[in-house]
Amino acid sequence: MARAFTPKVITSNLLIEGDAVWFTAKDTWSGDIAEAEFLTDEAHADLRLLEANAQKNVMVGAYLADAKLGENGPEATHFREEFRTRGPSNYAHGKQVEQV
Amino acid sequence: MYKYNDFDEKFVRERVAQFRGQVERRIDGSLTEDEFKPLRLMNGLYLQLHAYMLRVAVPYGTLNSKQMDMLAHLAETYDKGYGHFTTRQNIQYNWPELRDVPDMLSDLADVEMHAIQTSGNTIRNVTADHFAGAAADEVADPRPVAELLRQWSTDHPEFQFLPRKFKLAVTGAAADRAVIKAHDIGIRILERDGVRGYEVLVGGGLGRTPMIGKVLHDFLPEADLLPFIEATVSVWNRLGRRDNKYKARIKITVHEHGIDEIRRLVDERFAEIRPTFNGVDQDILRTIEAQFAAPEFKSANTDGFEAARLANPAFRSWTDTNLTAHRADGYAIVSISIKKHGDTPGDATADQMRVMADLARKYGHDELRISHEQNVILPHVHKSNLMDIYQILRVAGLATANIGLVSDIIACPGMDYCALATARSIPIAQQIATRFDELKLEHDIGELKIKISGCINACGHHHVGHIGILGLDRAGVENYQITLGGDHTETAAVGERAGPGFSADDIVPAIERLVVGYMDLRDNDDETFIQTYRRLGAAPFKDILYPKEKADAA
Ligand code: HEM
Ligand code: SF4
Repeated sequence: MARAFTPKVITSNLLIEGDAVWFTAKDTWSGDIAEAEFLTDEAHADLRLLEANAQKNVMVGAYLADAKLGENGPEATHFREEFRTRGPSNYAHGKQVEQV
Repeated sequence: MYKYNDFDEKFVRERVAQFRGQVERRIDGSLTEDEFKPLRLMNGLYLQLHAYMLRVAVPYGTLNSKQMDMLAHLAETYDKGYGHFTTRQNIQYNWPELRDVPDMLSDLADVEMHAIQTSGNTIRNVTADHFAGAAADEVADPRPVAELLRQWSTDHPEFQFLPRKFKLAVTGAAADRAVIKAHDIGIRILERDGVRGYEVLVGGGLGRTPMIGKVLHDFLPEADLLPFIEATVSVWNRLGRRDNKYKARIKITVHEHGIDEIRRLVDERFAEIRPTFNGVDQDILRTIEAQFAAPEFKSANTDGFEAARLANPAFRSWTDTNLTAHRADGYAIVSISIKKHGDTPGDATADQMRVMADLARKYGHDELRISHEQNVILPHVHKSNLMDIYQILRVAGLATANIGLVSDIIACPGMDYCALATARSIPIAQQIATRFDELKLEHDIGELKIKISGCINACGHHHVGHIGILGLDRAGVENYQITLGGDHTETAAVGERAGPGFSADDIVPAIERLVVGYMDLRDNDDETFIQTYRRLGAAPFKDILYPKEKADAA
C-alpha cells in the first residue's frame, strides 16, 4: 500500500528581502502561510513545486513543507516551519511585527 | 594595529565592485541562484531562516574605534540595530537585504574591513587570543603571525577550493584563550632558551566528530612557519576526503592516516616548497610586527582605584570578575560583558557599539578586541580610569559582572536564525542566565562555562563547555542533550554525553539541579566545577541529572 501523503505547502525565501514566503493558488508568494495553497495530493504537489520553482528571479529555494489545515487556512506542523511564519524568539523581529 | 597598504586597499575595493556586479546580475536575472550562491558565499553572505545573514571578519578579533563605529553604522543602517559577535571573532548581521550588501561591504572597506573568506571551503578568519598584546602571561603578541597568515591565505590560489573550510588560531601564551586545540591548525608561540619558535597542533575541531588537536611540530623555527603551514594545508588538500563532506575536515585525515604519517608527508612537502620561500615572508612579518608596537603606556597613581574598590561593592564585584592582569604596571584588561542577564549572548546594539568605541578612544589607546566567548575587550586601560569606564558601561547596560561565570554563556544563533539548526539556543541561554540571576548564586558558583549549540555543527562550542548543551530535533520537538567535563583551554577535553536529552521545559531545571548539586559536591568554595568533575567523575553528576532513574533502579 502506498504511503499516505502528508499535506504540504510550498515555501521559500524572497530573493531580495530574504523573507519567508508561501506559494498561493494564484501563483503568487504571500508572507502569510494561511494564504498558501494547501496541497493534499502528491502528484499535484510535485507539479506545483515545479511551477513555483519557475519563479527563480523572485525567490530562492522553494520546497514542500508539512502543513495542516487550521481555522484560517494552512498552518505549519513542524516547529522549524512555525518559526519561519513568526520570526525569532529573542526579539519581536520578522513576521511577528507585521502580524500585530 | 595593521594598516592596509595600497595593495590591500585596491584588492578589497575590487572585490566589492566585483560583488556589486554579481548582485546586479542576480537581480536582473542574468545569474541563476546556482551560479550566484558560491559567489555570495565567497563574500560571507548566507540565506537563513528569515533573511540573509552577512558575516564580517574581525581578523584576530582586533578593532579600532573607527571600525567599531562602522559596525554600529551597519547595524543601524542596514539591519535592525544590532549585530551578533561569534566564537570565531566575526560579527553577523541577521537582517540585511540582498541589494544593500554591496553598500555594506563598501562601507566596511572604508575602515579596512571585509567579509572575504568568512564562508566557503577556504581558510577562514584567523583567530587569536583576545588578550593579545596585553596579557601579563604572554610570550609574544600572536597578532603579527595571525596577520601574516591572513595575508598569505587570502585569495591563495591553491586554497580557494579546499575539501572543506579550514580554521587557524594563534596564541602567544601558555594559557590558551584561543581554543587552539579545537582548530584545524593551532599555533602557539613558545620561547626555549631565549629562542622563539612555534608549537603546531593539527586536527582539532568540534562539529559532528569532535577531536582535540595533536602536536605536529613541537618547536618549529620562526622562519619556517609559512612554508610549514602551507605544506600542511597542501597535504590535506590532496588527501582530504572530497567524497564525503562529513569526513572532509583535516581532523578526519589525521585520524585516518595517523599523525606520524601526516607528519612524514608534511615534512616531505615542506622540503619541496621550503626553497621557494626566499625570506620575503620574514621581511613582511617584521614590517607587520612594527605596526603592532604596544601603545605608550602612561604612569599614573592607582590609589583612587583602590579606594573606589573598597568604597563601592558593585564596582568591586565588577573589577573582581571582569579584569585581567595586564603586562604594564597600573594597567588592566577590561572584559565588557555583552551577556547581560536575559539578553541574547553576543548581541550588541549600535548604541552599545558606539559606547565601547568611545571608551576605547578616550581611555583605551583606541583598541578593542572581540573574544571567542562573545564579549568585547578593552585591552589597555589604566586603572585610574576604571571607575569612569564602569559608570559609562553601567548606563549602557554593559557593566554585568559575570565574565567566566554561569551566565557568561556562549550560544550560537540556533533555530531562531540559523537554517541548519535543529533546536533553539538563545532562549535557553537567556533562561539559564535569568534563573541564576534570580537565585543570586552566580558569584558563589564561581568559574563555570556553559556553551550551547543549536545543532551538531557545534558553533556554540558545546563540546568544550564544562557544561555543554546541544539542541536536537526529536520527532519534531526540541530536545536538549547535556555534555559534561569539556574544557576549552590548554587542558582541552571533549565533554561526555550525560544521558538522555531534556525537553525545552526541563532543560533549565536540569541545569539548575546540576549546578546546585555541584556546590554540594565540591571540596571547598574554591574548587571549580571542572575540578570537582575531574576529581569525582561523571557518576555523581549523572545521579543529580537523572534522580528518578536512580530511584527506580534502587
Ligand atoms: C547562522 C549561521 C551559521 C551557519 C550556517 C553555520 C554553519 C556551520 C557549519 C555547517 C559548521 C560545521 C562545519 C564542519 O564541521 O564541517 C559550523 C561550525 C562552526 N561554526 Fe558555524 N554557522 C553559523 C553561525 C556561527 C556562529 C554564530 C558561530 C559562533 C557563535 C559559529 C562558529 C562556528 C564554529 C566555532 C564551528 C566549529 C566547528 C569546527 O570545529 O570547525 N558559527 N558552522
Ligand atoms: S551550531 Fe548549528 S544551529 Fe548553531 S549556528 Fe552552527 S549551524 Fe547554526
